[in-house]
Amino acid sequence: MTRHDTSDIIFRRVLVCFPILILIIVAGILFQLIHASWPTLNKFGFHFFASQVWDPVMEEYGALPFIFGTCVTSIVALLLAVPIGLGAAIFLAEYAPPKIAKFISILVDLLAAVPTVIYGLWGIFVLVPFMRSTVQPFLGKYLGFLPFFQGPNYGVGFLSASIILAVIIIPFIISVSREVILAVPMVYKESAYALGSTRWEAMKNIVLSHGKVGILGSIILAMGRAIGETMAVTMIIGNNVTISSSLFSPGYTMASVVANEFSEATSKTYLSALIEIGLVLFIFSVIVNMLARLLIWSVTNQSHQTAKR
Amino acid sequence: MVSDQSITSNSQEIASQERWQKMYESTRFRRGLWDKAMVYVLSLCAIFVLAALFLILSHLIRQGITSVNPDFFTHLPKPVGEKGGGMANAIVGTLYLLVLAIIVGVPIGLGAGIYLSEYANHKFAFVVRFVVDVMNGIPSIVFGIFAYIVCVLPLKSFSVLSGGFALGIMMIPMITRTSESFIRMVPQQLREAGLAIGAPQWRVILDIVLPSSVGGIMTGIMVALARVAGETAPLLFTAFGNRFWNHDLMEPIAALPLQIFAYAISPYDDWHRQAWAGAIVLISLVFMINLLAQYFVARQTKINSGK
Repeated sequence: MTRHDTSDIIFRRVLVCFPILILIIVAGILFQLIHASWPTLNKFGFHFFASQVWDPVMEEYGALPFIFGTCVTSIVALLLAVPIGLGAAIFLAEYAPPKIAKFISILVDLLAAVPTVIYGLWGIFVLVPFMRSTVQPFLGKYLGFLPFFQGPNYGVGFLSASIILAVIIIPFIISVSREVILAVPMVYKESAYALGSTRWEAMKNIVLSHGKVGILGSIILAMGRAIGETMAVTMIIGNNVTISSSLFSPGYTMASVVANEFSEATSKTYLSALIEIGLVLFIFSVIVNMLARLLIWSVTNQSHQTAKR
Repeated sequence: MVSDQSITSNSQEIASQERWQKMYESTRFRRGLWDKAMVYVLSLCAIFVLAALFLILSHLIRQGITSVNPDFFTHLPKPVGEKGGGMANAIVGTLYLLVLAIIVGVPIGLGAGIYLSEYANHKFAFVVRFVVDVMNGIPSIVFGIFAYIVCVLPLKSFSVLSGGFALGIMMIPMITRTSESFIRMVPQQLREAGLAIGAPQWRVILDIVLPSSVGGIMTGIMVALARVAGETAPLLFTAFGNRFWNHDLMEPIAALPLQIFAYAISPYDDWHRQAWAGAIVLISLVFMINLLAQYFVARQTKINSGK
């Protein structure tokens, strides 16, 4: 008996090292990022986030254009992806015949598995020429009175990057919100039908309102993806340090400036500035993911409780 | 008098019924129209998603299939201007990096997964699960920066090692969560049976729980592998890329996604063709790993339902 106890205790002690190691790695990432970006943290302070000047030659670094680019592309991508993703999720969960739904969700999983560098490749050679020749002239002609659709038309830029981002995050929105929709108890829907609602009314009033927290969680999760997505955006956003109200304008995001300039960073301050952008990216994504997890967890706990009752 | 009153109230009732009827008729039409319209709108959303997949795959195959030939798998990249050449070094480089990533990621991820499912139901486990979930959402490029600081700077060179390290750390959260959930599915009776015949808990875990959830564990590893196989961002300044063969762990090495990226942003048509061909090979690799994961899931569910 005691022999068992000691061997069990040893085994447990060894095993507990692994989760502790994970905590150490995450803490280590945070520590190393802060440590390595200390020169610019110290030198520029808060000014780093407010300045628009990014001049490696003069050793002047401001991250505002990159933060702006990340926010704009993520928000526009969400505006495009959320209605489509949610619509497809509702279709798969409630409308499509089971066999077709299964087939389509396999294809959606395939879409999620495509490496993002391939999205970027497709973006460069298919999407960007199409945007330049067709979509952007059309938008400029009919919606040109809006500040978002003005200015020269290069094809590369915020709009193209946002579209690619939307395609990348749609599978995530579909798979998570489909789970949430499927988890809505059948009885609720049946009661709605019994009261005479149409199928869409049951979706809108019962399913979507019952699952709204979980769906919000899936959207925030997708936003985290969009913020951190690097390769596809780097390849088609145009890599231009600017803040512009026009979505046609080439821009830059936090992730893409790090990807593009990191291996060319010669001076210590330059490297430190890029690592500080990485730090900002880390903090953004941690906050976003914590929020999403808390929302999704609160929903799953709730459904466990109702199941128990 | 009495009958008069009842008549008026009756006619009032009829009038209100008619009003209701009218309202019902008019809204029924609108509601039915909405309902029908939404069927089309929702299926259009699904069709859009399928169209995106179809467009990407069809362009990929049309542009790249002519360059996927035996040369592509056996030759080094040719300099600009010379036709032909391949990505043999990049394909091998990707395999090297994946093997290293498995060596780094699997023990830690699996160990944590076993711990979370077998031992922990208290605050520490909650914290670990939360941190692992959040870690899953950290952008890949941040792992690249971390590997650069921890591996590249001290070793003073871009290297295979640092690239494998970056990918390996990225694999950890996915392996942990998947293996945890599959190990948890092992029926409690199996564990109790082992304990009842006098085995210590660690023997029960190693000899009963792990063997009966090996399909699920493999699934977790495959899913994680499929995700990092296509990762480019963390390799940009760790593995760095290389135009030649390299078998030294301390030297930079080529990788398929890196090569695709470099060729895609180059101005040469030959290289663009090579990039499309590389994309076909990479996507086939990723899909194959995903298929393996599907196979392991199917096996595991068969085992689970059999018991």
